[in-house]
Amino acid sequence: MSRFELHRLSSPSFVLAGLCLLGAGWAHAQPAARQAALAEVGRTATPAEIKAWDIDVRPDFKGLPKGQGSVRQGEVLWEAQCASCHGSFAESSEVFTPIAGGTTAQDIKNGRVDGLLPGANQPNRTTLMKVSTLSTLWDYINRAMPWNAPKTLTADEVYAVTAYILHLGNVLPDNFTLSDANIREVQARLPNRNGMTTAHAMWPGKELGGTARPDAQGSSCMANCKTEVVIKSFLPDYARNAHGNLAEQSRLVGASRGVDTTQAPVAAGSQPNSAPAQAGRALAAPEKIATAAPATAIPAAASTKPAAAGAASVMPLLQKNACLACHGMDSKLVGPSFKDIANKYKDRADAANYLSGKIRSGGQGVWGAIPMPPTALSAAEAAQISQWLAQGAAK
Amino acid sequence: MPSMLNRFIQRAPEHFLSRDQIHEVRAGRRGFLAGAFAAAAAAASRASAQGAAAEGDANILNLPPHSKGLGQPVAARGYGLPSEWEKNLQRRESPGLTRIGQASVSFCPLQGLFGIITPSGLHFERHHQGWWDIDPSKHRLMLNGSDDMMLKRPMVFSMDEIMRLPNVSRMHFIECGANTGMEWGNAAVPTVQYTHGMLSCSEFTGVPLRALLELCGTDFKRAKFILAEGADGSGMTRTIPMSLVMSGEVLVAYGQNGEMLRPENGYPLRLVVPGVQGVSWVKYLRRIEVGDMPYGAKDETIHYVDLMPDGLHRQYTSVQEVKSVVTSPSGGQVLLQKGFHNLTGLAWSGRGKIRRVDVSVDGGKNWTQARLEGPVLSKCLTRFNADFVWDGKPAIFQSRAVDETGQVQPTYSELRKVRASRSIYHNNAIQSWSLEENGEVKNVQV
Repeated sequence: MSRFELHRLSSPSFVLAGLCLLGAGWAHAQPAARQAALAEVGRTATPAEIKAWDIDVRPDFKGLPKGQGSVRQGEVLWEAQCASCHGSFAESSEVFTPIAGGTTAQDIKNGRVDGLLPGANQPNRTTLMKVSTLSTLWDYINRAMPWNAPKTLTADEVYAVTAYILHLGNVLPDNFTLSDANIREVQARLPNRNGMTTAHAMWPGKELGGTARPDAQGSSCMANCKTEVVIKSFLPDYARNAHGNLAEQSRLVGASRGVDTTQAPVAAGSQPNSAPAQAGRALAAPEKIATAAPATAIPAAASTKPAAAGAASVMPLLQKNACLACHGMDSKLVGPSFKDIANKYKDRADAANYLSGKIRSGGQGVWGAIPMPPTALSAAEAAQISQWLAQGAAK
Repeated sequence: MPSMLNRFIQRAPEHFLSRDQIHEVRAGRRGFLAGAFAAAAAAASRASAQGAAAEGDANILNLPPHSKGLGQPVAARGYGLPSEWEKNLQRRESPGLTRIGQASVSFCPLQGLFGIITPSGLHFERHHQGWWDIDPSKHRLMLNGSDDMMLKRPMVFSMDEIMRLPNVSRMHFIECGANTGMEWGNAAVPTVQYTHGMLSCSEFTGVPLRALLELCGTDFKRAKFILAEGADGSGMTRTIPMSLVMSGEVLVAYGQNGEMLRPENGYPLRLVVPGVQGVSWVKYLRRIEVGDMPYGAKDETIHYVDLMPDGLHRQYTSVQEVKSVVTSPSGGQVLLQKGFHNLTGLAWSGRGKIRRVDVSVDGGKNWTQARLEGPVLSKCLTRFNADFVWDGKPAIFQSRAVDETGQVQPTYSELRKVRASRSIYHNNAIQSWSLEENGEVKNVQV
């Protein structure tokens, strides 16, 4: 197309015509010249590019790569790369929702998990209690796991880990090898394969059947809609400060302030300086000019993480590298607390060097059976954290 | 100066004195200090220690430094920032909700926002495997088919190319499916930030996905679903119906409130799926696949599924149904004065426009129609206001929205009657805030 033609295309009448069609399917009924110009934007994807990115696996197993992995191979991989977050038996709720547990042989037979019924008293809804399509499990592990190094497993490793998880849920025996050839048979053993429905009105289309009318409907009553109002649920006083001081989470100007939740509630009018009492006085004595208190500017949001002045220097590193997923400042989570680590090595001359190595290479057995996986920290980052640990992990 | 301060106040908290107040101290006005101290010791009281109340307000009688000095020059801050006095409004995590910040959520401080647009820096966050700030020159969007016949031409676009195409700008809310999820069983969190703060609203700018599919020569007869996929570690995937894409509403967006998307919200490219829960608005969007069946992604078949009383889970629950909440007065606030108050809040529906909002101050016995402030847009937040005159007695505030399809927002009992209380997601029940005689407002369920 010549520059002259392009210039002609941008005459006002043409631009207007194009605008009117925008959003109304503008490939239809528009000048061929415009379409041709648009078609030159972007390029054709190469087969190699599509292969690199088209990783999804559908419920009919379209997209599943060929491969295989055994329960035993999965166990080895699990202990090395998965157990630190999910626990040795995929039962841990320390970091994420448990994966295995809560399913029975009867569930495998029926394809419905009884533990989901009301009153079943299951503490958690595990992955195996919910998952209805095996492709979902395979696809997710393949695309997003391990947590700190997603998309690094081979197809055979994904088969192995999937097999091991299913073994932990008694879906597969310990001598099983899962592969693209037998995965459909295993799908037919999923405990909750029949536990899902699309009979609802919350899908924005008609593709899944569903229902036309929303199930929960309110009332349009305007007057005398109920005889009494009973407060059935409220926050207990001991939880008053559970979300931090609300006075620090509200604007310092306006019709209200945040409640100082570090203090017990004041009785109305009992305190000369409680706001409504103050308001009452102001109303009673209009000749007095009411002014809001000079507000104290409160420093930025208190972090809900166990951050502290001494830890401030390493906190960004700890957060960036997900160290806090397994280690608390003072509390044992999956691994020991930073305080415990600092105490253990406080008399060791080469503590900083030793810990720096441990941080990068990982380890197992010093603090218990759950291994710490190798991390992706640089030497400088590891040194900074180990220095802080060796000096006592000050807050 | 510090020594002078110490003589009066031993353990003053940081920032106890404002810059202006420090100036007063420098000027030797100790009376002022006494006043400030008393006032700070009793939140929301009047500064009465100045002994000048009869003459008038000291803030008027004594000219402040900013009236008598030189302020700051233009462009002192190349990318402007909120006032120093606005530090309290921050997006925050809800303690104990998650164990790790990369798979967590931060809540938007709805209690302090005006109108319907969320400041981009306060937009709620939900990350599944941490957020990234991606170099836009290296970001690509691929469109392919589930088989070779689905598209005539699978394509790749750079950001430069996407931003060259005709674009539209539209205002829409985005709400996480789990918003208000903590409240299904009972009142659990204190303020509207934590009950409803997985909600934001922006003007998004981008290219209708339909237009890109047309460029690829999509077989619209066979294409029933699309899969959207993210470029981050989680590689987030979600299924979206082609019927919604064909409406022209679904956007491949790069703009938010006049600037590029913020990294926490998907820079440089995200999907915008109006009316549908936030998890479908895939961030760091790298790929669209066109197919003929749903994809069964983790976050539509294992998570983001709603458990019903019969033990079945609802899958593919996407639409955010009609909902509203009073944002002021709301939980955690204390009213300063009796008398006139503006009761205000937000209403929204994933099915279209808000038709009407009613408010109650007596826990739902009686209702009054609220004023809807314009613009009232489809699948967008709508601001409502109503007058409230506080006589000092207890009150319970509620709001109830109706959308253009006629669906009325349910009470907790109406909602639990059909879904019990184990759904986790899609809680659109009417919220109650209890105002007590001491001026304090609390989260309750009636």
